Order: sequence, then structure tokens, then C-alpha cells
Amino acid sequence: MDWEPGKKSVAEPSAWSQALLVELAVSPDGERLAAVLREEGSARVVVNGEPWETSFDKAWYLRFSPDGRLTALVNADMKWTVAVDGKPWEAAFGFAWNTLFSRAGDVMAACVQDNGRYLAAVDGKPWKQGFFDLSDLVLSAEGGRTAAVVQAKALAEGDVFAFDQGAFAVAVDGKPWDNTFVNCWTPVFSPDASSVAAQVRTSPREYTVAVDGKPWEQGFACVWEPRFSPADGSVTVPARTPKGWALVRDGRPLWDKTFAQVLSHEYSPDGSRVAAVVAPSFGKWTVAVDGRPWRARFDQAVFDLCFSPDSGRVAATVRHRGKWTLACDGTTWDESFDMVGPPVFSPDGSRLAARVRRGDTWTVFVDGKPAGDAYARAFDPVFNDDGVRVLVRGISARGLYFRQVVAL
Amino acid sequence: MTKAYVFAAGPLLWVSVIVFAAGCLLRLGRLAWLARKKDRPVYAYMSAHYALRSIGRWLVPMGTESMRKHPVTTVVSFAFHAAVVLVPLFLFAHVLLFYEAFGISWWTLPEEAAYAGTLVVLAGLVYFFARRLIRPEVRYLSGPADFALLVLVALPFATGLWAFHHGPGVRVVMLLHVLSGEALLAAIPFTKLSHMFLFPFLRGYMGSEFGSVRHARDW
Amino acid sequence: MEQTSTQTGDQGLEKSVARLTPDQIAKTLGEILKSEGGARLKAYVKTCMSCGLCADACHFYLSHENDPRFSPAGKVKQTIAPLLKKKGAVDPEFIKRAALVAFTQCNLCKRCVMYCPFGVDVAWLMLFVRRLCSRLGVVPQYIQDTAHSHSVTKNQMWVKEDEWIDTVFWQEEEAAEEVPGLTIPLEREGADIMYSVIAPEPKFRAQLIYQAAVMFHAAGVSWTMPATPGWDNSDMAMYTGENEIMGRLKRAHFEAAMRLRVKRIVMGECGHALRSVHDMGNRWLGWKTPPVPVTHAIEFYWELLESGKIRVAKKLKTPVTLHDPCNVARGLGLHEKARDVMAALCEDFVEMHPNREYNICCGAGGGVINCGPPHKAERLAASSAKAKQLFDARTRGARTIIAPCHNCHGGLEDIVEHHHLGMDLKFLGDVIYECMEKPWKKDEEEQGR
Ligand code: SF4
Ligand code: SF4
Repeated sequence: MDWEPGKKSVAEPSAWSQALLVELAVSPDGERLAAVLREEGSARVVVNGEPWETSFDKAWYLRFSPDGRLTALVNADMKWTVAVDGKPWEAAFGFAWNTLFSRAGDVMAACVQDNGRYLAAVDGKPWKQGFFDLSDLVLSAEGGRTAAVVQAKALAEGDVFAFDQGAFAVAVDGKPWDNTFVNCWTPVFSPDASSVAAQVRTSPREYTVAVDGKPWEQGFACVWEPRFSPADGSVTVPARTPKGWALVRDGRPLWDKTFAQVLSHEYSPDGSRVAAVVAPSFGKWTVAVDGRPWRARFDQAVFDLCFSPDSGRVAATVRHRGKWTLACDGTTWDESFDMVGPPVFSPDGSRLAARVRRGDTWTVFVDGKPAGDAYARAFDPVFNDDGVRVLVRGISARGLYFRQVVAL
Repeated sequence: MTKAYVFAAGPLLWVSVIVFAAGCLLRLGRLAWLARKKDRPVYAYMSAHYALRSIGRWLVPMGTESMRKHPVTTVVSFAFHAAVVLVPLFLFAHVLLFYEAFGISWWTLPEEAAYAGTLVVLAGLVYFFARRLIRPEVRYLSGPADFALLVLVALPFATGLWAFHHGPGVRVVMLLHVLSGEALLAAIPFTKLSHMFLFPFLRGYMGSEFGSVRHARDW
Repeated sequence: MEQTSTQTGDQGLEKSVARLTPDQIAKTLGEILKSEGGARLKAYVKTCMSCGLCADACHFYLSHENDPRFSPAGKVKQTIAPLLKKKGAVDPEFIKRAALVAFTQCNLCKRCVMYCPFGVDVAWLMLFVRRLCSRLGVVPQYIQDTAHSHSVTKNQMWVKEDEWIDTVFWQEEEAAEEVPGLTIPLEREGADIMYSVIAPEPKFRAQLIYQAAVMFHAAGVSWTMPATPGWDNSDMAMYTGENEIMGRLKRAHFEAAMRLRVKRIVMGECGHALRSVHDMGNRWLGWKTPPVPVTHAIEFYWELLESGKIRVAKKLKTPVTLHDPCNVARGLGLHEKARDVMAALCEDFVEMHPNREYNICCGAGGGVINCGPPHKAERLAASSAKAKQLFDARTRGARTIIAPCHNCHGGLEDIVEHHHLGMDLKFLGDVIYECMEKPWKKDEEEQGR
């Protein structure tokens, strides 16, 4: 990858064709700009001016995989599938959506529907078995496995009593859990992909976590997304207890504090720390790390919670008094914006960047200061390995796509 | 008899005042605590501006749509509430008693006004009583406690009036007057009469909700 | 006074109540009264002076010839007041009646709140009763099914993920035939607004998505819709008292907007969804204000017209009247903006009386219409007050009722038919679509010449 500081114009999609440009995507290295162009009932994917060989009836959801391959959801002959670098998967379906990538990008998955049956397909290979419905599909980080919430039993229209008996389960690689539940939500794989945990509703009024189909003994008034600890494989979940919202590990409170709300939570990559988006009191939001809330309070939102790759720092986007900005380890950037993108840490965690929006322009900010030029649209920044360069990818008001490397 | 009166007008009066004051504070405190525990948003949305805006509206006669729809009840209610508070507080005889005990006095109502006020209170109570009996929507809601409350309020005023006219048995009636007045005072925090001190909070909260969240009138 | 029948034919009530035992009721309700019965509950129930001044605020009372059981405080007397006194120890028959009252005899319209000197919030109390009933599993079947749909699909009508995307594609195709170059940008990260709708739109009224797309295209709005759950802003779980599901829905909705990095959410012409997004769902989650600002369609139309981004080519000639939906007028004070929009679009505007905050509910709101066919007759039996108000507007000329809310549409359509009022119903969006300047039409004409 080219880390030489400087700015170059890579592509000008408006010069490619008269056709209507409906979607854009940029490759992770910034060297390619892809677009969906639509004309007269057909859609063509074009990369740096070069069209894919085949055009389709429809194409959308242009996504670059982390390994640089370009994918789109495509429709031809009334069938949908995923096309990778111009080549559609062999299997095509009644519908296909929600393309997912493994961490390295070598494996891809999507939700598919065929003849009214719902399932997932991994690199073109559908599950053996379909279901009445499917949602919350996840692909394990290494890409070996898929899991999703499925409706395993038929429900007659309006049969609220059968519903209470439980018709939903998590299917892992197409095989549903033996137990069914009133609801299942947000399955998640353990770091080694051997286990799956999900939120479940065991009765209309009781929520808990089920791991590999087995619900915890303890029930709660409500729970949110579970997470596996990368350190010891235990499962934690934000749960509403009689005392308030708490982070619960394997059924027992992990922290001594409770909150007015605990939304999402995340582990540091090494598993040594855990952070959560919390509201210590109504309408006041912050991040708590290992149970200790930051001093700062934000009155509207805390989102995009994440740890740095070295596990040392925690950042989130925050909205306070109508403006968005970034906060890291309890300190908020000085400037605030109309909108911010998700936080991006340098690999060693020393730098933090995000694209930010003011009025109609987007700029990349690193550690609270602008890096590179302002664009009409910008993509998430990318750091080089030692964090001294940042790649800025943006489209100018005139529609030119630029790749800019800034030395920090 | 005199002993009983002295006791009623002395220690018992203190008791009733304390029960009243402590009762009000206790109930308010309990509600405030309950709200803190289970209705947190109540505090978050309370706004002095909108609370006062709403309270003000509802203290102006005919200031709300509801009042205009029920003009007679509104007139009676306002007159009644004004009299029921003003007469006992500014009655010459009450102030005099206070002066004799503590050497503090304040402005008093002219005798005719106090007299008229008492009549207004009693007439108001008769109106409310009749309304509870006659109007189906009110009768449906009314239980024995509601009627008893009206009697409880009526007693000190009726006995006061009796004493003022030196009706027969005035000594007993005076004792009754003091006792019923004290009972009324002490009952305020524990019966629906608590609307007296809860009104600003309820109204204020609703005013805040409508003002700052719903951006609409609540009158 | 004869006892009204509680035979409803509603399985969600009949079958569920049949399974209850007094012990179970006392235990469940005792627990929840203890854990959730807060200051407001106590203050409202204990401060109510039984003065009955709220009675004629309620269209149920008015339509039932002033039957006191239908007055707001009368509903409290039949439900939460005895429940509190007995600390939840009531019999199954009581629960059934309470459920019937709270679910089908109150639209949670909060009109009574404006008429009670103390601001006793009977709507809030009825919602509390619904929550108690729901904890016992006693919920009208239709609305319960809808809440279940929410829990599974995060939308109101069991619309599956592919069906949603496909419907948007279909509407985009149709609209692009009329308007060259039009797109419905799904998943356009960084757009100015996320447009969210309620599931009956893709399911039954897809043309509304079409119309919105045409409007936004003409106005040059930068917009998007999510291709994931979270696209639906509706919320019947709020009305069944399943707050946990309500919170889940609102979280999905707001997080979709945050993920798409939009500046704000613009929602379609729906009332209850506004209440859920702006008032109730956010609160349950701990957000004092919505984490992403929310603009109701009325206000957005107002902006588009005011700024000249949409121009009116010809005003509507038919005399129209406006129904102020509870949740947007009493709920967010949008009645004046709605009138500005009307003035910009219509030549002949007839006010109905009462109006604005004082308007009478359509009878469908608060989830009442969502309780379905078993309760329809009962709902229409409570519609004469509204029918009178509409009829009066009609005698003064109004032929079309504009109701910027889906539930109101459903309710008013039924009333118009039941009382033979001979009026038709429109959304503001329908009128804008009909009356707006469509620049591409001119282009086409010029090209044709
Ligand atoms: S909220 Fe509306 S429907 Fe319910 S009691 Fe009050 S006025 Fe009647
Ligand atoms: S709710 Fe208000 S208006 Fe209705 S009876 Fe009670 S105090 Fe009176």
C-alpha cells in the first residue's frame, strides 16, 4: 500500500458515463472507486471507469471486503445473489441481502430467501436447511461459522398462544438449537467460534441469555446484547435487575454499581477490560470502564463504543447539546460537529481519528485536529501500521474522488 | 366544660397543627422520594417556567376551557376555595386568639366579609353535596368518603356561625367548633383534602410536560 | 344501570382470563405494583376529587349518552383505584373488565388531562392498567399479535427483511417511471435525513413511500432509509404496556439513524409513532430527548413549503377540513404548522370544532383500532361525538378530511362509513403530491413539443 504523503485524484465518476450514479464505494487502500450506474432498466458496476463484464437488472449494496474484493447484491433473471469482483455466486435466490465479511475478508456471507424459506449462504453455499424467517445473521471473525435467529416452528396468523410457547431459536451453520424461545436476538460467537450466546425471552415476561441453546437460570426484566470475554470465555450481558441496570456475568452481577441504563458493552481485544455505554441517571450518558463511569456526562447519546487494538484506550462518539464529537478515556475533543463517523484507532492505540461533518463538508480529524482537506463526502480514515500516516479518502464537491495520505 | 375547651384550644390545637404540618411534609417527602426512585423523568422534565404558566392559568377564574364549560361550578368553586382559606386565616376572633397567645397579629377581615365568607363556604358545600347527588357522572364517582369530607369541612364553619349568632348551647358548640376545626386541619394531609398542597405539584408537572415536551396548552 | 357485557369473542381476553387464578393475580400484580407503582400513580389516584369535571372531555362518555362509566374518572374507578386499594388482589372477572376498559374504552388521547383541574393523567393510568393486564397475559389478541410482530421483526406487520427491501425497490421503480432520475436511497450513509415509516405503508399503502420519494426528489432532499430493521417507527408494544419491547424497537430505530450518520429522522404522517419516538420509547431507554432529533412529516412539509423547495402548482379546490391527531397536536403542538401547510395547499379550508389541542379523538388511537374486529362495533358505538363534529364541518361545506396520521385514517374512515357522512380522507402528503409543481413534467412537455 502506498503511504507516500500527498494527494491524487483517482477517479471522476461523472466522466465515466451519462448513466445515473446511484451508489459509491471506496476500496480499503483508497486506490479504487466503485459505482453502481443505472440506465434503462439495467445496472452496471464500474470500478475506476472499468465496468464489470456483466451488467445486471439491479445491483446495490456495493461493499469492499477487507481483503479488497468488491461485492454487490445483484439481480438477474428474477434471481438475487452476491457478485464478487464481477462474478456472481453460482447459486442465486429469491432474494439475497446483508453481505457480511470475516475479519480478514476472506469469507463472505449473506441472508437469502428462496421459495419462502429463509437461510444464510456462505461464499455462495447455502445452509442445508431453510426456515420460516431469519434475522440477526452473524459470521464468526475467522469466517468459519454463521449463526442467525430463525423461526423454527410455523405460527398460524395471530396465534398468540402458540407464540408464547416459543417458535424461535438460533441456528448455527444452519442447525437450529434444540430449545425454542419466545424470542431470540443478536447471537454472537465466542472468540474461538465454538460457542454462541444470544438474548432470549424464555416467557413473555422473562429475559435472559442462552449459551448454545441453554438459558441461564437467572431471568431478568430485560437484557441487551451478550458478549464473550476473550480472556476466559465467560458471557456478560447488560440486564435489568430489581436494583437497576447492571452488567451481569454468567448470571451474576459483575459490577457493584447499577445504572438507569446500560446499553452496549465491549471487551478490550485482550479481554482484560470491559466497557459499557451507561446512563448513571436519567438523561445523562457516559462510558463506564470496569464499572467506573467517566466523569464526563453527555446529555443526548453515546454510540460506537470501541477499544483501541492494543486494549489501552476506549473511545465513543457522543452527542451533547445537539452536537456530536468524540470522547476517549473520559476526555472529549474540543470541537464538536454536526455529525461524526465511528472512531478509528491507530494500531498501537496512540492516535484516534474520525471523519466529521460540518454543514455540507466532511473532514478527517485526528486527535481533535483536521488532517487533510475538506470533502463533500469522506470515508473512514485508515492509519498505517505505526500510526504516523493517515489515509484520507474523499469526494470533492465537483465529484472528483481523491486519495490523500497525510503525515502526522 | 371549660377544662375541655382549654385543652382543646391549647394542647390539642398544637397537636393538630403539628399533625397537619408534619403530615403535609411527610406526604410530600414520600412522594418526592418515590418519584426519585420510580419516576425519575418527573424531575428531568419539571420546568419552573411551564409549571408556573400552568398553575397561573388554573388560578384565573374562567382561565381554562374546562372552567368555561362549567361556569356555575367554576364560580362556586373559586368563591368557595377563596372563602374556605381566607375566613379562618383572617377572622378577627382567630387573630385575636393568636395575639393573646403570642403577641402577633395581622390584618383581619371585616365582620360582614367574614360572615359572608362563611355563608359562601356553607353554600358551596351544599352545592357540592347536591352536585354529587344529582349529576350522574359525579354520583357515580362519589363514595361515602366524599360526602363525609364535605361534612367534615362544613362542621367548623357551621359551628362557627352558630357561635357567632349565640345560638343555644353555644358553649358546647364552641367546643365542637374547635374540635372539628382541628380535625379538619389534621385530616388535610391524609384525605383527598391533600389536593390543597398537591395541586401545585400535579399541575406544575402536567404544565411542564405539556409545555416543554408536548409544546401544547394544558388548559 | 345495566351491566355491559364482557363477552367479547376476543381470545386474547377470554382464554387468557380463564387461565388465571386469584392467587396468581394477587402475586403478579402485588409485585409489579410494588416495583413500578411510583409517585405519579399514587398522586393521580389519591388526588382525584371525583369531581367529574373530566367527564365531558371524553368522547366515550359523550358518545355513550353521558354514561358515567365511560368518563375518565369512571374508568379509574373501575380499574386502577380498586386495584390499588386491594393491592392487586382481585378476581379474574375484574381483570377482564379492567382490560376491556383500559384497552378498548380509552384512546389514551389525553384530552381529559386538559380538563381536569389537577391534571390527573387518566391516559397514563389506563396505560398502567394495560401494563398490569399484559403482565397477566390478558391482552386483546390482535394488538398482542402486533406487539409480537414488533418483537420478532421490529416492525408492526410481520414484514420480513427481504420484503421491506423489495417493496422499496418496487416503489422506486414505479416512481422512477414518473420521475426520471428518481432514486430511493437505501443505506445511504451520511445523508441529511433518515426517513422512517410505519409497517402498514410497505404492507398496504406503498404509494405513500412513492409519494414521499417524489416529494423529496423534487425538493432535492438528501435522504435515506435503512435496509435493516429499524426502518419502522411504529410501536404497538407501547400500547400493550410491553415497555421492554417498546425500548427494543426505539433503540433499533435510533441506532439505525446513528449508524447511517444522518442529522435527523423525518417520520411519516403517523401520530402514535411520534409519541413512541419523541415521548415514551426514548424515556424508557433513559434518553431525555431523542438521541437523534425527530421531525414529524407535518413539520418537514412545512419546512419544504416555507423554504420554497416545494412549490404549489395549483391549490386543491375541494373544501377540506383538518383533523388534529392527538399525538401530533396535544402531543407536539404541530397544529399551527399543519394549518400553514393547509393554507399553502388548499383554497377552501373549513375548521372543525373543537380543534387544535381540543380536537376530539378519532376513536382509533391508543391502540384501540389495533384491538381488531372483535371490538369494532364497540368502537363505532363510541363514535357519535366525533361523527357530530365531522357532520358539522360537512354542513359548512367540507368534503375532504385531512388527517395526518395513519390510525386516524383508519378510525375516521370507519366513522364516515358508519354514519354515512360521505366524506373522503387524505394525508397531507396526498395533497402535496397532487398539488406540487413537478418540474420534470415541464421538461417532458418541452421535449414533446
Ligand atoms: S385519554 Fe381520551 S379516551 Fe381516555 S379517558 Fe381521557 S379523554 Fe377519554
Ligand atoms: S380526574 Fe380530575 S376532573 Fe376527573 S374526577 Fe378526578 S379530579 Fe375531577
